[in-house]
Amino acid sequence: MSVVDRPIASPVSPEADSYPTHHFLNHSKGFLSWALTLDHKRIGLMYLVGVMASFALGGLFALMIRIHLWNFKDGWLSNQTYNQVFTLHGAIMVFLFIIPSVPAALGNFLLPIMLGTKDVAFPRLNLSSFYLWVTGLVLFLTALSVTGLDTGWTFYTPYSIETSQGGAVLAATFGVFVLGFSSIFTGLNFIVTINTMRPPGMTWFRMPLFLWAVYATSIIQVLATPVLGITVLLLSAERLLGIGIFDPKLNGDPVTFQHFFWFYSHPAVYIMILPAMGIISELMSVHCHKGIFGYRMIAYSSIAIALFGFLVWGHHMFTSGMADVTAVVFSALTFTVSIPSAIKVFNWLGTMYQGTVSLNTPMLYALAFIFLFTIGGLTGLPLGALSTDMHFHDTYFVVAHFHYVMMGGTLVAFLGGVFHWWPKMTGRMFNDKLGMVSAIIVFIGFNMTFLPQFVLGSRGMPRRYATYLPEFQPLHQLSTIGSLTLGAGLFLALVVLLLSLVNGKKAPRNPWGGATLEWMCSSPPPHDNFSSAPTVGDPYDFSDIEYDGRVGSYVKRS
Amino acid sequence: MTAIQETHSTTDHHHGDDHHHDHPSWLAHHFDDAEQQYDSGKLGMWLFLVTEVLFFSGMFCAYALYRNRNPEVFEFCSSFLNEKLGAINTGVLLFSSLTMAWAVRAAQLRQHQLLVGMLGATLGCAAIFLGVKSVEYSHKWELGLLPGKFYVAQLEGHHGPHKGYLEMLCAVPALITFLLAAYAVYAWATKSIFHQRVAGPLLTAGICFFGGVLLGQYLEAQEEASKSHGGHHEHHAMAQGHVDHDSHEHAAASDTHTHDHGAPAVPEVSPAVAMGGSPDVYVASEEVNTPKAEVNQRSMAGLFFSIYYCMTGVHAIHILGGMLVISWLIIKAAREEFHEQYFGPVDNVGLYWHLVDFIWIYLFPLLYLIT
Repeated sequence: MSVVDRPIASPVSPEADSYPTHHFLNHSKGFLSWALTLDHKRIGLMYLVGVMASFALGGLFALMIRIHLWNFKDGWLSNQTYNQVFTLHGAIMVFLFIIPSVPAALGNFLLPIMLGTKDVAFPRLNLSSFYLWVTGLVLFLTALSVTGLDTGWTFYTPYSIETSQGGAVLAATFGVFVLGFSSIFTGLNFIVTINTMRPPGMTWFRMPLFLWAVYATSIIQVLATPVLGITVLLLSAERLLGIGIFDPKLNGDPVTFQHFFWFYSHPAVYIMILPAMGIISELMSVHCHKGIFGYRMIAYSSIAIALFGFLVWGHHMFTSGMADVTAVVFSALTFTVSIPSAIKVFNWLGTMYQGTVSLNTPMLYALAFIFLFTIGGLTGLPLGALSTDMHFHDTYFVVAHFHYVMMGGTLVAFLGGVFHWWPKMTGRMFNDKLGMVSAIIVFIGFNMTFLPQFVLGSRGMPRRYATYLPEFQPLHQLSTIGSLTLGAGLFLALVVLLLSLVNGKKAPRNPWGGATLEWMCSSPPPHDNFSSAPTVGDPYDFSDIEYDGRVGSYVKRS
Repeated sequence: MTAIQETHSTTDHHHGDDHHHDHPSWLAHHFDDAEQQYDSGKLGMWLFLVTEVLFFSGMFCAYALYRNRNPEVFEFCSSFLNEKLGAINTGVLLFSSLTMAWAVRAAQLRQHQLLVGMLGATLGCAAIFLGVKSVEYSHKWELGLLPGKFYVAQLEGHHGPHKGYLEMLCAVPALITFLLAAYAVYAWATKSIFHQRVAGPLLTAGICFFGGVLLGQYLEAQEEASKSHGGHHEHHAMAQGHVDHDSHEHAAASDTHTHDHGAPAVPEVSPAVAMGGSPDVYVASEEVNTPKAEVNQRSMAGLFFSIYYCMTGVHAIHILGGMLVISWLIIKAAREEFHEQYFGPVDNVGLYWHLVDFIWIYLFPLLYLIT
């Protein structure tokens, strides 16, 4: 290793130190040096490319749905194809994109660096997680190309037992099984790394909040995902061997499948949103140049969300048949989850208050997140309440609600995070003006797509239908226009990122003025992250960080 | 399992140039010291075991649900499971946990020969377990005691044509044992100590599988004999009911122990006659257990066997996985890689093995001992 990386940049640090000639990207060359790498940073980047490609695929399916729904009848897809398109849109977005997006891509890259270690605890396990993810992708593509999956992403029985697309169901459930283990191993790796590998000085309460969020996520991944594993295994056995556990004809119970499925899939909602919340905590603090407000409350609320998340799965099944008392208990528990979520939003706003806000691309995405996530969270309340859920269940209101949380929340935070750490990951600055334009287009397009769906749902438009009544057409068309706008905004964001690789100027060590350890590495970081153990301080103490025009970067005042 | 492999061998291939000079070969480059490496591996394994427990929990949940709904089905079907074989397998697994724990001790004390021996004993026990399990499975398949929609309990069928399921189950182990025997010949021919240390335990385990098969067959035959002599086992009552043949008089009749009304409507399915036993003996056995005839159909007994095969099958897959990692440990142990600072892999595989044992300790009473 030729790079000597000082953990703390001094004001007189030479340019060569800020713009390293030798780093993890050029540490070794050739296809195999990437395919067989054990470096968490390279694995993180491979995940990033993979999840973005999956997102593009899932997004194309989404646009197909929206274009089909332009007319209330005679859409361009057959009903059968429409079923397959919305199923694959959901399944790809959930299992291949959202769940691995933040933890596996950004988390892999950032966790060891933020923590101050050389790598995650089990680098080989980390690489095998990635290949399990690739296997899952291949299985999904098989399901897509062989016959086409048409069960909805939830694989509800008895439909998933009876559908003629048996091969696709088997391929997809096996894909979900494999992806589950990918997710479990990532979570396991992160928990162990955080527990046993923190360097001296890195106490639990000196960890950046992103790590708290990833830790809480990992707990859910480890505890919930195995249940999904056995559920889809039993579903495969149901199709292959007719075991009957979920089949009413054999005295089995399809509602049992729903319980098993949501026991995983509701906590999985928090696998999706928690790391996004972690990103926002970092972005808010760094781009407001102000210590995070209520550090401990944000940290604890992450853990609280992870634990409460296990107790509320029944709210997906209020209309499936459930004892009254059970329904009331599930409803009440559902409302408790809103408390830690609200604590977070309150603290982010508290962080902005009297902060010095740098209005740049990551910050715009973070602001969009807060706005959209709040709408998504609040519209969850009428769905958690028993009486209103009877009306809203399986309507576009639900669709709009979870898109506000999953897409307006997780995706927007993911994009904010990608922009925020892009200079660190690639060593290149992007065009901030164009990036901000992309954030604004995404924000407008998103709201234009999904706000009308709240109205549609409350007026009784059911989800997953290929046709609709003529009076819904204006709102559907507005939604379709919005989705195309959204697609354009996302495409622009991709262009901005890719252009930076071609003509972006070199990124300094600390372009935004962050205080966490990753900003003390060069951009991009060296192969081993830290040649000597870094000095760990308060991750949100910005008092001694100031901009130095000579190196074009924020530096720590000595 | 993978978690353990992680802890040790990252050093072998990559980043050779980045090593600190004080890093011994068994310490991965990103760990500071042996203790950190050991702690990480251990925590990783415990977390993995948590996921395993949750993985099985889905099936335990299904078990609880359907047993609660149809307790009589579970009690009745459980009588088809041979408690003796289950008990022997429980004992074998418990003993293997002892040898596994002993292996950890041997690794810490650098007793390399003993370590290989103890790992070999554990592997042998696992093979016996699978041998016995093969007899159990094949016997049930011959009887048509299959899961869900394949359930065709023609209970007199086991005197019909032999379908050769056991031979099918034994084919792959036979091939493996043959290859191991060839490997053993090679090891002794080349006088390689390393290969001898590896081949010995592996070949023994292969032979142990067939020992388990023979033991299982012997006990299964004994059970059969005791049934046909000392009075018919209660489940023969079910032979009179075809699949979906549940609305006959005899169902209610056998409930009330009035056997003469319980004579099967269709003569050729009478087990008492078919097996040469006298009707009187048949009546006596009815006092033990008198299930309703509705039980003997796909939606009832079939569901029990679905759960039985899912639980024991997934458990058997875990035994197989355990055998693979124990074999890997034997290779490492034969190279004398373990010592007091580096025994994490043995320890962690041991933890995994105890969990597999532990799950069986729950499966045995829940499935076999409920009558």
